[in-house]
Amino acid sequence: MQQLSGKRRKPFPTHIFVFLIPATFIYTLFMIYPLLDSLRLSLFAPNADGVETFVGLQNYAALLTDELWSVRFWGALGNNFIFFLIHMFVQNPLGLLLAALLSRRRVFGQNTYRTLLFMPTMLSVVIIGFIWQLILSPLWGIAAGMMSSVGLEQFFRPWLGLESSALIALSLISVWQFIGIPMMLFYAAMLGIPDELIEAAYVDGASSWTVFWKIKFPLILPTVGIVAILTYVGNFNAFDLIYTTQGALAGPNFSTDIMGTFFYRVFFGFQLQLGNQTMGATIAAMMFLIILAGVLLYLFGWQRRMTTYEV
Amino acid sequence: MQKKSGFWFKFNELAVPQIILFGYTIVALFPILLTIMNSFKTRKAIFSAPWMPPTLDTFSMGGYYTVFERSSFQYYFLNSLIVTLVSLFLIMLTGSMAAYALSEYKFPGNTLLGLYLALGIMIPIRIGTVSILRLVVDLGLIDTLTALILVYTAQGLPLAIFVLQQFMRQVPRELKEAARIDGASEYRIFGMILPLVRPAIATVAVFVMIPVWNDLWFPLILAPGERTKTVTYGAQQFLGQFVSDWNAVLSSLTLAMVPILILYILFSRQLIRGITAGAVK
Repeated sequence: MQQLSGKRRKPFPTHIFVFLIPATFIYTLFMIYPLLDSLRLSLFAPNADGVETFVGLQNYAALLTDELWSVRFWGALGNNFIFFLIHMFVQNPLGLLLAALLSRRRVFGQNTYRTLLFMPTMLSVVIIGFIWQLILSPLWGIAAGMMSSVGLEQFFRPWLGLESSALIALSLISVWQFIGIPMMLFYAAMLGIPDELIEAAYVDGASSWTVFWKIKFPLILPTVGIVAILTYVGNFNAFDLIYTTQGALAGPNFSTDIMGTFFYRVFFGFQLQLGNQTMGATIAAMMFLIILAGVLLYLFGWQRRMTTYEV
Repeated sequence: MQKKSGFWFKFNELAVPQIILFGYTIVALFPILLTIMNSFKTRKAIFSAPWMPPTLDTFSMGGYYTVFERSSFQYYFLNSLIVTLVSLFLIMLTGSMAAYALSEYKFPGNTLLGLYLALGIMIPIRIGTVSILRLVVDLGLIDTLTALILVYTAQGLPLAIFVLQQFMRQVPRELKEAARIDGASEYRIFGMILPLVRPAIATVAVFVMIPVWNDLWFPLILAPGERTKTVTYGAQQFLGQFVSDWNAVLSSLTLAMVPILILYILFSRQLIRGITAGAVK
């Protein structure tokens, strides 16, 4: 025991407990306990009398194979991966481009751009979802008008209402909103690169293009990993945008259904279907495993190899 | 090879970044500006000339009257304000206390407790919603702001503790030792340290506050009653009912947006400095 090892016997360190207990208590009660309890619930199901009884992995088996659940589960999971891939390959490269341009010397109005570009990220997803719904609505005709002004009116479609395009449209709306996060993280990483390094390259006659790919990008690789994992966790936790624009049923015909909306419908119920809490807990547990897999892959597959890069 | 002084070299190096940044800024802002601008116009002008700012002829506050007559937006604001400020206060108070203990004292299990408290940074609290709902029902807190406050406090604590801990480590040891020799109690020393990490506290505050104000999930599940509606949830409900009343829709969107926009513009310097602090350190 630490406190007994000193020459003089110190009094019992009550203050340490006083400092630690409030935060640990609230966090444990409302975050860790519900998480563990949800995992426990996923192994239970109500029997004929409505009493929850232990059923082992039956819920998981049903979720993955019983058509009553599996069709929606695999659908939501697939859609969620598309949702994530669009963020990964549109949002993050675009964010990187903006950050690279912002971090250059001699960019006029740098601070103003930085502030304005981050603005949509601060707003509620509910508001953003509605605004884009209005803009894409054929009734108001903003999007249609913009397209006809450049002669593309024949390509306008009510994208949010079509099964083939709704998920892509929603992913792009979400990209538009959250691009500020990768932009800021890349920007911060680039500011951290020593000036001398870049200066030396310029003196040697390198163009900004070369400086970016040969110096800046390799040095910010650790941030690429952080951005990827944040995008992954955020996307598998998404719900608000789909619920706001397409409703709990994630229409048209479940084409925009992702894990968050599926989880909500099953555990909370909607319209005439009653909520099924144990099945909801099973879906949440699956979401937990998916997120955990991503985080572990990042920690052991990416971050570990990155440490060799750090100066 | 391009020559460094050539016109195209200069154009590529100086003008192209400027054009791309300006172009994307317009893409980022036009939906917001379009909404705010049209919320002050008559229904006819919203449809006939959506791109024009309101003029004397087309100016109308009709939408705002509808919003305040048909909903209790002012109470939604009050609810959001209470929930956000109280959870913010609890996160900052209990979070900085825990961060202080973790960074200052050596005790068995220190590292382990730090890791335990950091788990919530990566694991979204929504995963535990089924049990959170049961817990809130058992505690008799359903449809109360207290339920939201407690959940948001738990949600904000991991990041707050993690970041504050890093900053508190940087406070010089001698300062605390000197105070101890003078006979100051540990609580007093904690009170002395707090003002020294003020910039970190401000940054963390903005970061934990925004998701709380903007959240739809927990109000929808834990406090859907009329008396406890927050702005985000209230706006979502109102918008659902008044889809066809464009004036009201645009006005309520503007009302829900403006407080955050003002706050953001006031604190953007602080916030961005906070994000980039790690790099400039």
